Amino acid sequence: MPGEFIDVIVDADIAKDAELAKKLEEICPVSIFAASADGVSIDESNLDECVLCDLCLQAAPKGKIQIVKLYDQ
Amino acid sequence: MRFYEYEAKELFKRHGMPLGKGTVIAKTNAAADARAAFAKLGGIPVVLKSQVLSGGRMKAGAVKFADTADEAADAAEAIVPVEVNGQICKSILVEEKSPIAQEYFVAITWDGRAKRPVCVFSDMGGIDIEEVAETHPEHVSKTHFSSILPLTPRIAKEAVGATGVTGSDLNKLAPIVFNLMKIFLKYDLTLAEINPLAKLEDGRFIVLDGHIDMEAEARGEHKAFLDELGIDDDETRLARPPTPFELAGAKVNAADHRGVAGNVVEFDGNLGLVIGAGGGSLTLFDAVRNHGGKPANYCEIGGNPSMSKTKELTKLILSKPGVEKIAVMMNVVSNTRVDIVARGVIKGCLEAGKDPAETIAIFRIPGAWEEEGFKILEKYGVDYCDRSVSMYDAAGRAVAKLKG
Repeated sequence: MPGEFIDVIVDADIAKDAELAKKLEEICPVSIFAASADGVSIDESNLDECVLCDLCLQAAPKGKIQIVKLYDQ
Repeated sequence: MRFYEYEAKELFKRHGMPLGKGTVIAKTNAAADARAAFAKLGGIPVVLKSQVLSGGRMKAGAVKFADTADEAADAAEAIVPVEVNGQICKSILVEEKSPIAQEYFVAITWDGRAKRPVCVFSDMGGIDIEEVAETHPEHVSKTHFSSILPLTPRIAKEAVGATGVTGSDLNKLAPIVFNLMKIFLKYDLTLAEINPLAKLEDGRFIVLDGHIDMEAEARGEHKAFLDELGIDDDETRLARPPTPFELAGAKVNAADHRGVAGNVVEFDGNLGLVIGAGGGSLTLFDAVRNHGGKPANYCEIGGNPSMSKTKELTKLILSKPGVEKIAVMMNVVSNTRVDIVARGVIKGCLEAGKDPAETIAIFRIPGAWEEEGFKILEKYGVDYCDRSVSMYDAAGRAVAKLKG
């Protein structure tokens, strides 16, 4: 479920990449990403904390993560 | 953060201030302890003073004199249940009763306008200094000094001498005032007051009562000293006990290290305030009142609080009975994100079951990420303004909206 203001969409292609998941968990300053052996999951309760720093976009292959500003729609 | 009198005197004692003999007794076994204290002080007449964080003790009956052990026991029992401006007795300070020839007043505090500490001295102590300043202005001196440049005894002498005190009294008083100035600076105090500072019949000067307020933000710096006094980290030490609303505000602030959304003070109005930034809180609070508005609270937000922290503060303010709308206003911000605050207050409204467009009377936070913030506000139909609208006018718009 998206947040009130922000949604983060992780492409299925990279969602099971455990190494990337670890990286995403490490770099996100507001703990939106959680890593496990199965890959990455999104902590929905933190979505609206997103500070739009784009670090996750830089860490992932281009276009594989989308930050959606729901208030723009 | 206010000190009890006995703590203030402990601080004074460590810095060589002249004090009378005294001892603190617990309130649980007051009568028996008062007898023991009376004997310990040599069986001389004593004064028993309730330890509360408020003035007005004498009027409330929380200060009593005793010439015998029985009288001391009775006085202690009588003092314990007395409430002084909502404050209950913590313990009782039993001191020798001093034969007073004259009373003086000295206080060091901050002069916000001069942006410097000021020493207020009067040779008419023991009574309300505001009253003295009005009726006998020539008996009150105000002497500013620097908190940066080295402090010299001359400034203390000037402060005392300005009220006409001369000779031996001037020479004895000046070091006490100078010492108080040094204590004020060393401990990051917002108030260091001695009233009365008494001249005894034998010519000695002693501190009869002292008030100390420490800057709350300086608690960490002086933790070792506060620990020695037995002051716990969670003791707020305000002039009145915090209300449940204020305690809840402190909890919101403490729950998340990101930024500030706290220092909530409860008032009885109907306009909730989410305000802050570089003195903005005080300015905006005053502006609301100047426009005839009735704030439901004072608060301080800043330092880029997280969305959830702002949200929780908003929900808390909206939960206060009688709050119909909130005004979200800050000075121009550079280290707080406008969009994050916008998200927080809107989500707070939504989680409180309220329509942000109806509930937020005005959103006036210009600064970092404002374009993003304004997009969010537009989406939810919230009335907002940028820096072209002054804080004063924004407050006026909020008050007008509430008045309908």
